Amino acid sequence: MLNIVYFAWVRERIGLPRENVETTAATVADLVTELVAREERYAVAFADISALRVAVDQELVGFDAPLAGVREVAFFPPMTGG
Amino acid sequence: MVVRLQEWAFDAGAELNRFSANVTSSKVNGAGAVVSFTGVVRDTDDRLIRMEIEHYPAMTGPAIEAMVDHATGCWGLAGALVIHRYGALEPGAPIMMVATAARHRADAFAAAEYLMDFLKSRAPFWKKEVTKQGATWVAARDDDEQALDRWT
Repeated sequence: MLNIVYFAWVRERIGLPRENVETTAATVADLVTELVAREERYAVAFADISALRVAVDQELVGFDAPLAGVREVAFFPPMTGG
Repeated sequence: MVVRLQEWAFDAGAELNRFSANVTSSKVNGAGAVVSFTGVVRDTDDRLIRMEIEHYPAMTGPAIEAMVDHATGCWGLAGALVIHRYGALEPGAPIMMVATAARHRADAFAAAEYLMDFLKSRAPFWKKEVTKQGATWVAARDDDEQALDRWT
């Protein structure tokens, strides 16, 4: 079971702050493909992944990152702290 | 090293005085230079009702602590302080502050700039501006991303 969390406009477009999914996706990119196939709101949120950032187990990674052993994946827009 | 994430406002002057008193005492390396930066919610055209800051609690603290550790090692800091707020902030309110202390000013300035550059684009915060016309997520700026290049 993988915990997925969403922040900022990604959360708003998907309509959920977090969810648990059963997945066999090998990488983040594969997971995105699975989510996009589920429902239109995911397709909208992930329409341009160059506008998104991803963290696995709270570490920033690329979309080619493997998911083996990962417990949490977070999707969000580029950060605007400071 | 102190990293604080909080909803409530803080008094940047009081925080800086406390930080300075600690790091300049001879017990902590006797720092001779203290640099600080405070970020404030801008209200240039009177439209802003509030700023809302969302963050990723499980990641924010560890990510900032890693930045502070790196800066402390790189510039031999005698101390560092990062305070960052989340939640709803009024125009004119402090958003965050960074303070660094080192033996000499060049290291304190460089470490403060490094921390600011990384807090902008690598700490998981997202700002939303709520105005009379509606709410919009603040877009990340390309030059904030480019600013990270000078540290690699």
